[in-house]
Amino acid sequence: MTDRKAIISVSNLVKHYDDFKAVQGLSFEVYENEIFGLLGPNGAGKTTTLEIIETLRSKTSGEVTVDGLNIDTNASAIKQIIGVQLQAAGYYPNLNLVELLELFAGLYGTNISPMEMLAKVNLQDKAKAKYKELSGGQKQRFSIATTLINSPKIIFLDEPTTGLDPQARRNLWDLISEIRNSGTTVVLTTHYMDEAEQLCDRVAFVEAGKIIALDTPDKLIDNLIASGFERKKEVKAANLEDVFISLTGKEWRE
Amino acid sequence: MEDKKLDSPSGAGGYNHTKATLALAKASFRSITRSPSAVIFTLAFPLIFIIVFGFIGGGGIKLDVAVAPGSDLNNPVIIALEKTSVIRLTKNDTQENIDKSLEKGAYDALISVEKNPNGLPAYFTNVKYTSASLTNGNVLKSVLNDIAHQLNTVNQKPAVTEIRATTVTGRLHRTIDFILPGQLGFSLLSTGVFGTAFIFFALRQNLVIKRFFATPVRRSSIVLGEAIARIGFALLGALFIILIGHFCFQFTLINGALTVLNMLVLATIGVIVFMGFGFVVSGLAKSESTIPPISNIITLPQFLLSGTFFSINAFPAWLQPISRALPLTYLNDAMRKVAFEGANLWDVKQQILIMLLWGIGIYAVAVKTFKWE
Repeated sequence: MTDRKAIISVSNLVKHYDDFKAVQGLSFEVYENEIFGLLGPNGAGKTTTLEIIETLRSKTSGEVTVDGLNIDTNASAIKQIIGVQLQAAGYYPNLNLVELLELFAGLYGTNISPMEMLAKVNLQDKAKAKYKELSGGQKQRFSIATTLINSPKIIFLDEPTTGLDPQARRNLWDLISEIRNSGTTVVLTTHYMDEAEQLCDRVAFVEAGKIIALDTPDKLIDNLIASGFERKKEVKAANLEDVFISLTGKEWRE
Repeated sequence: MEDKKLDSPSGAGGYNHTKATLALAKASFRSITRSPSAVIFTLAFPLIFIIVFGFIGGGGIKLDVAVAPGSDLNNPVIIALEKTSVIRLTKNDTQENIDKSLEKGAYDALISVEKNPNGLPAYFTNVKYTSASLTNGNVLKSVLNDIAHQLNTVNQKPAVTEIRATTVTGRLHRTIDFILPGQLGFSLLSTGVFGTAFIFFALRQNLVIKRFFATPVRRSSIVLGEAIARIGFALLGALFIILIGHFCFQFTLINGALTVLNMLVLATIGVIVFMGFGFVVSGLAKSESTIPPISNIITLPQFLLSGTFFSINAFPAWLQPISRALPLTYLNDAMRKVAFEGANLWDVKQQILIMLLWGIGIYAVAVKTFKWE
């Protein structure tokens, strides 16, 4: 994990909406082939930061490069090497999953086999279904499939597991890890610390538009313990989610 | 958000904008054909009107005449009336029913013929008209005068003049020739306004467009792809309506395929102009439920006032300037001239010009009101 090549670098990023200062001088780097987590409460500026890097939103000031490309001058080239999953985005109405993937293939200018894409996220049997007919977990997996169409170097996932049940969540963690293992860099946001701890190689804590901590989950925890922190309650070898999973099974429900 | 596509069209890796546009057109076309409202407004609704008017129209005027019970039926007057195609004689109705029907205007007149016991004239013809149907009564009056004259002058040489009337064989102008272009115009108006407004509102509201913006696609490709699909669907609908009208209801296509082609060119201009209204509506609408009322404000007056069902010449004088300000009026007008009179596109340049002026105006407003996000 040491001395790795940065694929995204953000320095002194600032974004103001009229009076509201959403992002106030963020600087961080995302390394190639890692899962990088932006953590923080609602309204901390996670989504805004993500959308600026995705070239979907303008910035007030600062420098952002993605794979060596500047977001100010090379937005179109950046769009071709990234995959984006938006929070709560819908899809073109009245089309089934295969047709939606065909549409995205056209939008990215690539030739893909929709069924192969669906196989990557284990949705082959939903090929003829409409997006709105899918369950929450299936919707997220389909959204991730659309981010993979252009074989991107980086994918951005904005709260991919919000609203999912424990099985669907774990299933999605596996999928995201596979994507990282196949060589793609993943940047995601989440509210769930257990998720960040298990899934992310490095995390940045964002609070009120600023980064207040950035390191591997392990290191951040060790630092806290070294400062003399102790949990009030004795830590057990399992938590309630482990109970839930062991009671209801690891099988993912549709 | 601002447009940041500063790169050359090919970008890195030779991105193909035409491919993106066509992918969008294909997706949109699929979506439209599966949208119940698009199919109903573009095809079903106009077809129902065409079928209804196709069946009730075409026969021209018919006079319903009751023969009084007990009237002599075997006489030259009744025989002559039976041979007159505009007259529908009812011989076996009851007096009570006849009286009621006359009051309502369901019968245009009551007729009875009696033999003159005193010799000449051989018959008396008594006619009772009804104020409920004065116009038809007047037509009947002249039919009867004509019959009486013919019967009275059998074997007589005219003393003063003999009228030698001939009729020029003209094209039969059926109801369908008026109704079909109007319905076609309405179909194009609905597809253009409702369809465009709904889809762009939905794409914006559900962040579909935002997701598109995360791909290298251009905004112009999104609008163009949508336009290609919508125009394609509207033209297929128009072709279908024209062919049904022609083959089932003898809609006049004076120059055959060339007329159809000219009509489709007019339809394209029409739907492009009407899509401009759709863009404006999608920008103005705050929620999905406000789209139909705003769209109706645009479509309904044109539906009623642009000569869809009635010639605008039949409207009161104060209403006609309003009718003559609406774009659908000119589309309907041009369609009728092309289909029935065999006008070419140059002959209807004035109508096309007014539609284009509307187009320029409405797209100027659309650029101001349209929202991407």
